[in-house]
Amino acid sequence: MSAAQSDEEYILKVSGLSVKLQNQTILDRVSFNLRKGTTLAILGPNGAGKTTLFKALLNLVPYTGKIEWTEKVRVGYVPQNIEVDDIPISVKEFLSFKNGTSVGSLLAPVRLDNQNMPSKTLGVLSGGELRRVLIAWAFADRPNVLLFDEATTGVDMSSEEPIYRTLNDLKKKSKITILLITHDVHIVREYSDYLLALNRCAMFFGESKEIMNPTVQKIIYGETVCAGAPEPTR
Amino acid sequence: MVLEKMALVGDALSHVALPGLALGLLFNFNPFLGAFAFLFISSMIVWHLGRVTKLSFETIVGAIFTLALAIGIIIIPEAELLEALFGDITKVTLIDMVAAVLISAAAIGLTRLIYRKLVLSMISEDLAVSKGISIAKINLIYLLLVSLIVAMGIRIVGTLLVGFLVVTPAAAAKNVSANLFKYAFLSSLFGAISASTGIILSGYLNLPNTYTGPLVVFTGVTIFTATAFAKWKAR
Repeated sequence: MSAAQSDEEYILKVSGLSVKLQNQTILDRVSFNLRKGTTLAILGPNGAGKTTLFKALLNLVPYTGKIEWTEKVRVGYVPQNIEVDDIPISVKEFLSFKNGTSVGSLLAPVRLDNQNMPSKTLGVLSGGELRRVLIAWAFADRPNVLLFDEATTGVDMSSEEPIYRTLNDLKKKSKITILLITHDVHIVREYSDYLLALNRCAMFFGESKEIMNPTVQKIIYGETVCAGAPEPTR
Repeated sequence: MVLEKMALVGDALSHVALPGLALGLLFNFNPFLGAFAFLFISSMIVWHLGRVTKLSFETIVGAIFTLALAIGIIIIPEAELLEALFGDITKVTLIDMVAAVLISAAAIGLTRLIYRKLVLSMISEDLAVSKGISIAKINLIYLLLVSLIVAMGIRIVGTLLVGFLVVTPAAAAKNVSANLFKYAFLSSLFGAISASTGIILSGYLNLPNTYTGPLVVFTGVTIFTATAFAKWKAR
């Protein structure tokens, strides 16, 4: 395969990405390339810069380095925090903010197509249902890239797997590229193709199955030394 | 204000109108204009300080409203102080009424324009910004709308009680609403019932003009209590 052909497979190229906020380095020279139609799991402790990486990809924070989308991207974003407890807004009202798409056709792919769902208030939904509504919201724009921040925040364990299975189904149907932030090694292994272990800098970037490799685990969970971190090669 | 968790900001902001109201009474021009000018300028200051310092609206409004209240009390003629604090509906002219209708129509139109963006920014600022929505611009328009509505309400119930009109009908509606349409409809309905009941009762019982505002508030709080009870029973 020629270099040009290989380049075409990538949808995202990140090179030397650094973010400083209020004089603190949040991300330090992060580099990775992502192939089209794959799922990248981003793993790291709290404060590792995972959400900031998403914000940089969405152009919401100033950064240095290079973020290159190799084609025109429509990014769907499911944020970590949403405030719905105090806002009396129904599922139908929320999803109808997206013009031109019927609420039923948005809820069916995320397996929430029961009759009562559109009239339910967002604040009374379970964590799993709310995440599915947010996925439906993100998919309304027919994105070719989905950023999914802390996918299972506020979700009970029995609801976690169905969310990832739904994501996997949607990915197969729409050939979407997914970047998801998670703390769960099982999710990394089962539902992602590539892993970026982040702790301010990129500790590891490679195939997700390598997370079971003791050497890789030592890199991910060992002491963070950003200055000496190797440039990811994939 | 209720959905933004800024109920007390609405109340505090109304006090900022007092110096403007005082100038109107002192120099014999429409106090509404003075009140609106002060609210508008204060909103701009609050908005700008919020952007620059990243302090919350509550903190900034809390810091400046007592200053405005103090200035207002010093410069307002003592005889007019009671009217400024508690309002007087008998002083409302035909021009005031026409202006109120026009301003209300403009406020409703403007709210409709920013409605989706405003709600989305309440749900998640990150989500809103990722959709290209300028939170700062939405907040500015929103504060201007609040300024307009508060300035209008002051004429009827006065600076001390106008926070009620911004907060209580909406809080009562929230108790019994499962969606935004019902919430908006009931907020308007409860506000209208409170105002008309207070005004009619005051006239029917032949009470002094300054009683109108408190009667409007009593009616609204009764509605709020009933809806809070209904919410509690529905649990």
